[in-house]
Amino acid sequence: MDWVLGHLDDIGSYTVQHAWLAGVPLVLGLLIAVPLGWLSRQYNWLYTPLVVGTGLLYTIPSLALFILMPLLLGTTILDPLNVVVAMTIYTLALLVRTVADALRSVPDSVTASATAMGLRPLRRLFTVELPLAVPVISAGMRVAAVSNVSIVSVAALIGVPQLGSLFTDGFQRDFLDPIVSGLVACVVLALLFDLVIVAATRLLTPWLRTGAPTGRAA
Amino acid sequence: MIRFDSVTKEYPDGTVAVGGLDLTAPDGKITVLVGPSGCGKTTSLRMVNRMIEPTGGRILVDDKDTAKMDAAELRRGMGYVIQQAGLFPHRTVADNIATVPRLLGWDRRKSRSRSLELLERVGLPGEYADRYPHQLSGGQQQRVGVARALAADPPVMLMDEPFSAVDPVVREQLQDEFLRLQSDLGKTILFVTHDIDEAVKLGDQVAVLRVGGQIAQVADPATLLGDPHDDFVADFVGRDRGYRGLGFRTAPVLEPSPEPTVRLGAGVDEVRRSGDQWLLVADDDNRPLGWVEPSRITAPLVTEDLHRGGTVAVLGGSSRAVLDAALSAPSRRGVLVDDDGRLVGTVTLAEVAAAIEQAVGRGKR
Amino acid sequence: MNAVLTWLTDGAHWQGYDGILQRTWEHVWYSAIALAIAAALAIPLGLWVGHTGRARFLAVNLTGALRAVPSLGLLFASIMVLGSRLDGELATLVPTELVLVVLAVPPILAGAYAGVEQVDAAARDAARGMGMRGSEVLFKVELPCALPLISSGLRSAALQVVATATLAAAVGLGGLGRFLLDGLAVRDYAQMAGGAILVAALALLIDLVASTLQRVVVSPGLTGKTDRRDNALRRLKTTAAS
Repeated sequence: MDWVLGHLDDIGSYTVQHAWLAGVPLVLGLLIAVPLGWLSRQYNWLYTPLVVGTGLLYTIPSLALFILMPLLLGTTILDPLNVVVAMTIYTLALLVRTVADALRSVPDSVTASATAMGLRPLRRLFTVELPLAVPVISAGMRVAAVSNVSIVSVAALIGVPQLGSLFTDGFQRDFLDPIVSGLVACVVLALLFDLVIVAATRLLTPWLRTGAPTGRAA
Repeated sequence: MIRFDSVTKEYPDGTVAVGGLDLTAPDGKITVLVGPSGCGKTTSLRMVNRMIEPTGGRILVDDKDTAKMDAAELRRGMGYVIQQAGLFPHRTVADNIATVPRLLGWDRRKSRSRSLELLERVGLPGEYADRYPHQLSGGQQQRVGVARALAADPPVMLMDEPFSAVDPVVREQLQDEFLRLQSDLGKTILFVTHDIDEAVKLGDQVAVLRVGGQIAQVADPATLLGDPHDDFVADFVGRDRGYRGLGFRTAPVLEPSPEPTVRLGAGVDEVRRSGDQWLLVADDDNRPLGWVEPSRITAPLVTEDLHRGGTVAVLGGSSRAVLDAALSAPSRRGVLVDDDGRLVGTVTLAEVAAAIEQAVGRGKR
Repeated sequence: MNAVLTWLTDGAHWQGYDGILQRTWEHVWYSAIALAIAAALAIPLGLWVGHTGRARFLAVNLTGALRAVPSLGLLFASIMVLGSRLDGELATLVPTELVLVVLAVPPILAGAYAGVEQVDAAARDAARGMGMRGSEVLFKVELPCALPLISSGLRSAALQVVATATLAAAVGLGGLGRFLLDGLAVRDYAQMAGGAILVAALALLIDLVASTLQRVVVSPGLTGKTDRRDNALRRLKTTAAS
C-alpha cells in the first residue's frame, strides 16, 4: 500500500497512456468496421471473405504483432504507433463480424419500407440501419474494449510504457505491489470503458429505455 | 377418464389461475377447454401431467390420483402436443417420434417401425423419416408432433393449442385429419384452444372457462351455441351463433323437387326451351357443374358460361349446408346431391326456412 | 521477407531441443492442458447454470470480470505467489497454466450456458411433457442442442490460448514464444517473424481441426447442413403434402 501511495503519479500517467493505447484503436476500429460491415451487407458475396479474413487477424499473437509492426510501418520498435495500429487490427477482427451481423439483423421489412419511402442507401444506413444496429454493435464494442485493455499490457514486453510496465517492473524486481496495482488499474480501466459504452448506448437508443422486458442490461 | 375434483392453482403472489375446477373428460371423447386468455385453460391442462402442480383438489386419471404417481412415469403414459410442436431440432423426424418408446425401453428396430407407421397415419410420406425438423413446414411439424404424442399408444392425449400456430387453410386440414384419426383411435382427449370455432368443431364436449379458472358452461357444441348459459358464454360464443348452430342440426325433412338439367355443348334452342331464368348444368354422371342464364346464351354452352357461386349440399347433411346452398344459388334453389355427388334435386329458400323452423319448433337438435 | 523464408526453411531450425518441432510440441502441450482443465471446469458449470437458471447473474459477471484481467500481469503475479512454493519447472508451468485456464474459462462457460439457454423452450417443455427426467432433458435434449455454441466457445478459447501461450516464454518456459522473445533480444527479425507466422499457422490449424470435429459431433438438424438433394425434394413436397 505504501508503494501505491508513493507511486500515484506513475500509476496515473501509465493509466492515461494505457487508456489512449486501448481507446483510440477502439474508435478507429469502429470507424473502419462500419463501412466494411455495410459493404458486406450491400454485396452479399463479400460477407464471408471479409468476416473470415478479419477474423484470421485475431489468431496472430499480440506479442508477434507488436514486434512485426515496425517491419510493416517502418517505425522504431518503441513507437506507440505500433501498438495503436496493432490494437486497431484486433478491434477490426472483432467488430467487422459484429457490425456485419448487426446490420443483417435489422428486419427486412424496416429497410424495405425505408427504401420505399425514397431513402438512398447511405442515408438509410445512417438514419435507419445503424441506429437499429446499435445494441448489437455495442455488445461487440464491450468485448473489444475489455480485450483491448488486457492485450495492451503485453506491449510492456517490447518496452512501450503503460500499465503493463508495472508488471515487468515488478517481475524484474521480484516485487508484488506494482503487479497487483497494475492488475487492479487494468480491471478498473476496463470497467470504465464498459460504463462509457453502456452509457453511450443508452443515449443512442432512447426507444429501448421505455421498459421493454428484454434482458439487454445484462 | 380424466376427472378434475375441485382443482385449484394459486400462485405464491395470491393470483388464482384455477379456482376449484370440477370436470370430467369421458373416455374416448374429445373434451375442449376454451376461454379467453387468463382463464386458466392451459394451466388446467398442464396440471393433468403435473407440468404444473395443483395447490388444491385432486386430478384422477382412470380413478388413480395423479399426485401419488411418479411424474415422469405419468407423463410417459400420456400424449402431449403443444402449440409450437416442440420438436427436437437435433433429431430426425423418426427419432423424434420414437422419443417415448425409447424412454420406455423399446428396442431400436421396433421404435423405428412404429415411427414409420405413425408417419403414414398422420399423412406424411415415409421418406420424411430421416429429415430434420427444420426441413419441414409448420403444418408438417405439427403432424410430427401429433405422431410423436401417439407413439406409445397412450390412452390419454393432452393437446395445448396444437393447431394455433399454422395458417388457417392448413389448420382446417389438420383439424379434419385429426377428427378422422380420432374416429379410428378413440383416445380420451383434453384439448385447449382460445378459438371457439375450433372448440365447437372438434369437441364432443366443450367447457367454457372464465378468467380465474371457473367453468361458465360445459355442454356439447350444439347446446352451447343454441342455449348459452349466461351473457359471458353468449358473448364468447359470439355472433352468428344461430346460423353456426345450424351446422349441428342434420337436415330437417326435405322433399327436393326434380331439376331439369342440360349438358355442356347444348345448343341455344335446347337451353332456352325451359323458359326459366336460371338453368342447371350437369356433367355426364349427373354431377352439378353450375347455373347458366339462358337469356344470355347465344352459342352452344361452354364452361365460361357457368355461374360458379352456388354451393352444393349433401342430402341428409346439416341444415347449415342446405341453407347455404339455397342462399348462394343465383336461382335461389339449393342444389342437393347424394353421397357420390350426383344430383338429387333442388329446394327453394322458402322450403328450407320452413323445414328449419319446423325442426327448431319441435325442439329437436 | 526473404530472410523470414530462409529462417523458416532452414532444416537446422527445425531440429534439436530448441528446434521448431520441439517448440511447437511444447506450445500445443501447454495449450492442450489449459483447454482440458478449462473445459472440465466450465462446461459442467455452464450446463448447470443454463439448465437450472441459477447463478446466472454470477456467471455473466464472472466471465466479464475474468476477461478484464490482463494475462501478463496475472502470469507475473501468480509466478511470484505460487512459484516460490513449487519446485523446478512446475514453478513456472503451474502459474502459466493457471493464466491460460483463466483465459479459456470465460468463452467456454459463456458458450455452455448460452447454448443451453437458447434451446427452444417448446422443445424443453415437450421433453418434460413426454416424461423425461431432469437429467434426461439435459443430456438428451439440452446438451446436444447446445453443442454448436459449446464448440464455438471452445474454438474461441483455443484461439486465445494458443495465441497467449507465447507468453510462457516470457517466464522462461518453451513454446513458440521463445522465437519471438529470443529474436527480440538479439534483434533477429527473421526469427521473430518466423515465430509469429508459426503461432498463427498453429492457431489456424487447430481451428481447422476443431471445425471438422464440430461438423462430426453436431447434429445436421441444428446446422442446417442437410444435403442438397433433400432440400430440393422438400421444396417439391411442401406444396404437395402440407
